[in-house]
Amino acid sequence: MRKIALLSLALLFCLAAPSAWSSEAVEPPQKDWSFDGPTGTFDRAALQRGYKVYREVCSACHAMKHLAFRNLADIGYDEGQIKAIAAEYTFVDGPNDEGDMYERPGLPSDHFKSPFANDNAAKAANGGALPPDLSLIIKARHDGPNYVYGILTGYEEPPADKALQPGQNWNKYMPGHVIAMAPPLSDDGIVYEDGSPQRIEQYAADVVEFLTWASEPSLESRKRTGVKVLIFLMVMAGVMYAIKRKIWAGAH
Amino acid sequence: MGSSERANFKNPVVSWVDERLPIFTLMQKEYGVFPTPKNFNYFWNFGAIAMFMLVAMIVSGIVLAMHYTANTHLAFDSVERIMRDVNGGWLIRYIHMNGASFFFVAVYIHIFRGMYYGSYKRPRELLWILGVVIFLLMMATAFIGYVLPWGQMSLWGATVITNLFSAIPLVGQSIVTLLWGGFSIDNPTLTRFFALHYLLPFVIFAVVFLHVWALHVTGSNNPLGIDTKGPQDTLPFHPYYTMKDTFGLAVFLIIYAVFIFYMPNALGHPDNYIPANPLVTPAHIVPEWYFLPFYAMLRAITFDIGIPFTDVVIIDAKLLGVLTMFGSIALLFVLPWLDSHPIRSARFRPLFKLFLLALVVDFVFLGYVGSQPADATFLGLSLSYFGLAGTVYYYGFFLVALPWLSKNEKGRELPASIHESVLNQSKDAH
Ligand code: HEC
Ligand code: HEM
Repeated sequence: MRKIALLSLALLFCLAAPSAWSSEAVEPPQKDWSFDGPTGTFDRAALQRGYKVYREVCSACHAMKHLAFRNLADIGYDEGQIKAIAAEYTFVDGPNDEGDMYERPGLPSDHFKSPFANDNAAKAANGGALPPDLSLIIKARHDGPNYVYGILTGYEEPPADKALQPGQNWNKYMPGHVIAMAPPLSDDGIVYEDGSPQRIEQYAADVVEFLTWASEPSLESRKRTGVKVLIFLMVMAGVMYAIKRKIWAGAH
Repeated sequence: MGSSERANFKNPVVSWVDERLPIFTLMQKEYGVFPTPKNFNYFWNFGAIAMFMLVAMIVSGIVLAMHYTANTHLAFDSVERIMRDVNGGWLIRYIHMNGASFFFVAVYIHIFRGMYYGSYKRPRELLWILGVVIFLLMMATAFIGYVLPWGQMSLWGATVITNLFSAIPLVGQSIVTLLWGGFSIDNPTLTRFFALHYLLPFVIFAVVFLHVWALHVTGSNNPLGIDTKGPQDTLPFHPYYTMKDTFGLAVFLIIYAVFIFYMPNALGHPDNYIPANPLVTPAHIVPEWYFLPFYAMLRAITFDIGIPFTDVVIIDAKLLGVLTMFGSIALLFVLPWLDSHPIRSARFRPLFKLFLLALVVDFVFLGYVGSQPADATFLGLSLSYFGLAGTVYYYGFFLVALPWLSKNEKGRELPASIHESVLNQSKDAH
């Protein structure tokens, strides 16, 4: 009997274990993230720095259409700041009572403004390659945080026997190694007001923190709720076990 | 149902209703005093757990459907809106997404229990067949549900699986066109899939009702696989098994909750967070984990069957693969007749037990093979050979081992009664 129980447990584990992916890409380095683990949370300062990196660099090519300016309240901006950030962008709205479209400054309820009008415009501006929307990029890649960090820090000279076309770059962690995105980050490229090191690794780590939050804004409340649910279920299981024992005591 | 004797209820309202519609008598009879073998082990919890999961899927699904939009341009974004803007939306979606997996975990263990203890044998054949019908309907529901979020794996999984039907001679292509609602997977496909995804769980519910009805006609099997012989062998369902089932359910929910709250996407595929794009094929198209063993059988068949030394092909590889995959489930339907051994429980059939546990290992191994890219190799051999070996064992178990064992396995001596066996056991324990 015990053997069968063990076997079925082992079976459950095999099924639950993520399948081993054989892929051409190199495994990215495994970093410690503040949001890892059952109690991990986001680092608000890193999130705000990461948003700065996105805004000043990545947003030139990558949209994040699932995010609205109002969501920035989550990462520590107050209402006034959010209004000011949104107002920096111009949006087309309408039609008004005369039937005309008009331009207006952004509002907190607007979604992040996409850099290109459509995918074709994005491709035309990027030598035929489409910069993907980054709202979900962390969840859309295996081992997302480490992978994106790897991409941002993994640019190298191509091996001597590999010739790159113009517009192609060599990246250690990209599947197939050839990537159309030029290295987006460089040391001292973005000014940090809080004195954090202005280095590629720091920029990359911060933007990954920000993108992880963007992929899963509910991460913190999910883990917090999880603790409560698990405590409740464990107490319930314990009580039910005691009741069951008591009831069954006289059964045999 | 109407003619049988009614129970007495103290509460006048209950009594009044029961005189006119004996629903309380029914509940009392089927779930209150229902005589249940007293020697169940924890494998008997999984029926109740599966029932709970079905209800959880229907409830969470209906809430999702209130916010979901079945349109190829809007579906992906509407799911993201559920995740971000709907109050508690992320929780509902993760309950539903992981719920499908845990429903399958429960049902796979439930099916294994049935096979190990011979619950499919006379007089429970129809009960078993209804169970296999539920399993098939679940697979259809889960496959269709996975298409709804309209990510890359939704689209391409649907492409691979619906294309299978084109292998059917003569009518195949028409069936595919009917499934698609056109000549490619597009908006009509998504809308009909949503309609069916809403419908099928209620069909499942109806079949579950029949399944439980059939169970209450024959009564439950038990780990010894011998019939109950009287009141000394049984206990009333309530409170003995209601309490034990609730305890088991709580433990199951703990594991389920760990997935929902701490690794909600571990069982999914990252590609499904990329919006569906008919112009970009993902590098590896893989179905959800619960389909992987069957997917491996499908892909294991890479050869045609024809008349030797001629070019005449009778069944081409594609059709043969499809037949092999569906056949593996068809075998479950006829299992009660493939295994005609008089002893039910594997406890008293050491050989059967060995072959069955090997089948479990084989099934998990097939799942692994199914998860690998089609061109993968192992020890220098193409993985499809391993898939083929696993498939041969699967079929061999049902078509060769079971009939052979039915005739030739002697089996151990059965205990005289459940009561006696339970007494001996507690004597040993003290
Ligand atoms: C000059 C335009 C440009 C900028 C600026 C830019 N990217 Fe990209 N990015 C691209 C293009 C083009 C691709 C598509 C590459 C391909 O498919 O080969 C891409 C692809 C990516 C990918 C996907 C790689 C994959 O696995 O497919 C990630 C992640 C990414 N960029 C992150 C960033 C981040 C983070 C920043 C800001 C630090 C950034 N990018 C800045 C143009 C840009
Ligand atoms: C037998 C029970 C059911 C099973 C096995 C099942 C399975 C699934 C699966 C696997 C998905 C994809 C999850 C994802 O990746 O997002 C899904 C999505 C969905 N299901 Fe179900 N489901 C069931 C019942 C229902 C019911 C009863 C409804 C509604 C009436 C429903 C509504 C939905 C909706 C709207 C989606 C799309 C939203 C989403 O993807 O999160 N489901 N289902």
